[in-house]
Amino acid sequence: MVNLKINNIPVQVKEGTTVLEAAKIAGINIPTLCYLKDINEIGACRVCVVEVKGARSLVAACVYPVNEGMEVFTNTEKVRKSRKTTIELLLSNHKKECLSCVRSTNCELQKLSVEYGCDEHRFEGTKSEYEPDLSTSYLVRDNEKCILCRRCVAVCKSVQDVAVIAPARRGFNTHVACAFESDLNDAPCVACGQCIAVCPTGALHEREEIDDVRRAIADPEKVVIVAAAPAVRAAIGEEFGYPIGTNVEGKMFTAMRMLGFDKVFDVNFAADLTIMEESNELIDRVTNKGVLPMFTSCSPGWIRYVEYYYPELIPNLSSCKSPMQMYGATVKTYWAQKEGIDPRNIYVVGIMPCTAKKFEKTRPGESASGYPDIDAVLTTRELAKMIKASGILFDQLPDSTVDNPLGEFTGAGVIFGATGGVMEAALRTAAEKITGKPLDAIDFKEVRGIKGIKEAEYDLNGVKVKVAVASGLSNAKELCEKIKKGECDYTFVEVMCCPGGCVNGGGQPIQDAYTRRQTDLRAKRAKALYDEDKNAKIRKSHENPAIQQLYKDFFGEPGSHKAHEILHTTYNKRKKR
Amino acid sequence: MAKKIEVPFNGTKEQEAKLLAALAQLKIDHGGKGLMIAALQKAQDIYGYLPEPVQQIIADELGVSLAEVYGVATFYAQFSLYPKGQYKIGVCLGTACYVKGAGDVYKKVCETLGIEGGQCTDDLRFSLDATRCIGCCGLAPVMTVNDDVYGKVTADQVEGILAKYRA
Repeated sequence: MVNLKINNIPVQVKEGTTVLEAAKIAGINIPTLCYLKDINEIGACRVCVVEVKGARSLVAACVYPVNEGMEVFTNTEKVRKSRKTTIELLLSNHKKECLSCVRSTNCELQKLSVEYGCDEHRFEGTKSEYEPDLSTSYLVRDNEKCILCRRCVAVCKSVQDVAVIAPARRGFNTHVACAFESDLNDAPCVACGQCIAVCPTGALHEREEIDDVRRAIADPEKVVIVAAAPAVRAAIGEEFGYPIGTNVEGKMFTAMRMLGFDKVFDVNFAADLTIMEESNELIDRVTNKGVLPMFTSCSPGWIRYVEYYYPELIPNLSSCKSPMQMYGATVKTYWAQKEGIDPRNIYVVGIMPCTAKKFEKTRPGESASGYPDIDAVLTTRELAKMIKASGILFDQLPDSTVDNPLGEFTGAGVIFGATGGVMEAALRTAAEKITGKPLDAIDFKEVRGIKGIKEAEYDLNGVKVKVAVASGLSNAKELCEKIKKGECDYTFVEVMCCPGGCVNGGGQPIQDAYTRRQTDLRAKRAKALYDEDKNAKIRKSHENPAIQQLYKDFFGEPGSHKAHEILHTTYNKRKKR
Repeated sequence: MAKKIEVPFNGTKEQEAKLLAALAQLKIDHGGKGLMIAALQKAQDIYGYLPEPVQQIIADELGVSLAEVYGVATFYAQFSLYPKGQYKIGVCLGTACYVKGAGDVYKKVCETLGIEGGQCTDDLRFSLDATRCIGCCGLAPVMTVNDDVYGKVTADQVEGILAKYRA
């Protein structure tokens, strides 16, 4: 243990602790900007500088380790002045669009500027000029708002292991770029949006589709349908001041109706549908010696990753469309037929914790009715923004439930939003199908939790099923390499592109670096989903009466010809450049 | 931002084999990590510059992304993304030339050829670099084209000078 004093307060901490962490223990917060716990610890921005007695200059608290007898001062005139100047220098080359910026009031630079009473015009001079990158359907990159903290670069490299962006050139010309200044659309980006989730400013944000959705709602010809992914309900409350991990599903449904959507369905329903098809495919692959291990295909970022980086493993991907696409496809075929509505006049909106979904809806082969399965995708953040801008007082809303028939869901559908959830849901159904008798214990706890890679082996009536679950692409890469080398014999592998699964997706409410330091967003949001599953009356997808009805009325049975036409898709190798 | 100029890549199989051998040797000599700069130096020795296909080879061999290689290649002044042209233009931006208006000359060359310093025209005829003092301040501002030296150049003369090398 090391003893030191911070602002004259004695603290005892473990060796190797940084001054930043030690200060926290002493009840003192040191502001940071480039620092992102475990992801970007490079001491680059100099906002966290502190005075250390005897040191030649100010030191960066986020990377400076404690020493025995050290005396640290975090709030002296010298420190404050230095921080203020640093922030003012950043502001001098920042596109100050704060009045209309998507991140206004949720911007770490803006917050610091206010806290330190900065003069945003103290330094005037040449400003960097960059065209915003509008090349993709999912993300906007505006280098004129970039402060070069490198948090996006770090998450892209160390968490997702794709590194499609990196700092280029030097000095005043330094900027974050794709290779050879290419558009993001020409780079092997997986569209996960983790860069957005960690950006302290408005330099990165999703490609908004709010106006498209509003236009559709205003169009009397259109029947506008909405449904949210499982993870949305566990996070959208954060935008309205609820504690992280509060499930606000009932209020969300009410708000959706108030926004003018004609029907409020639920992607949880389609998650149950996915399980029917996916577990059927798994059993088919196992019994008919198909390609194993089978990979889940719910996460469009993961799909893109395989198509770019492991095309040789494409045959391992389940042919099932994602729950979102299944929802859209079912609405425009089954439901349209049932209601006697021309699918051309149906406008289907998905509320997603994800930016890659904005890309997924544009994939070829995702238009079962002849019209796109999904017309618009809004992130959790966009839905919250729409609700706020519509004068809806979210916290005062009564709870309501979804519309039927495409709303009813089970606990198995709910847990899709957390890493391991799809695996567990599939096992609940596959196990009963294989054994032909009801499961005693339906909790597959080995595949739960936020660990990057989880493995388990189950004996289902003599059939050995070895499974693995990975989230975050660096973990997925580890699994892919092992599978390629034949070092493992998994039957079924679940991969979610974002660490922790969809609850931590790139479209979820943005929490600042300080909150991320204190809280594991993944675990808290996931808990909300597992709680809902625990309390659900029905917890197995195949017991969902609406699903049973759907097969009886329309699809016949899982894996039927009709199901294949409407609920399954194909994948293609992508060239990296 | 500098506009990207598409220059045809004429790398040969021999050059590629040489680069792959050099990279393999680097890995043997220095282990797996921290090879990027050495690799870029080898590649530039072999090709004379670092076009995208060459950087892609380095990325693949070192197990890093192309964006990372590009980031390093654009950070250091010693690395060039463009080949040298048949005619290498240098405009001195040293102090004496600069105060005599070399900045305008340099700008005029950029405008006339549609390239920036460090770049090369797409027909590989001209490349441009800003140089430091070349030791004839009495002639400031000075511009060179290969071994030809032009003194007391004004922006107006630039097109005429370049025309001589276009034929």
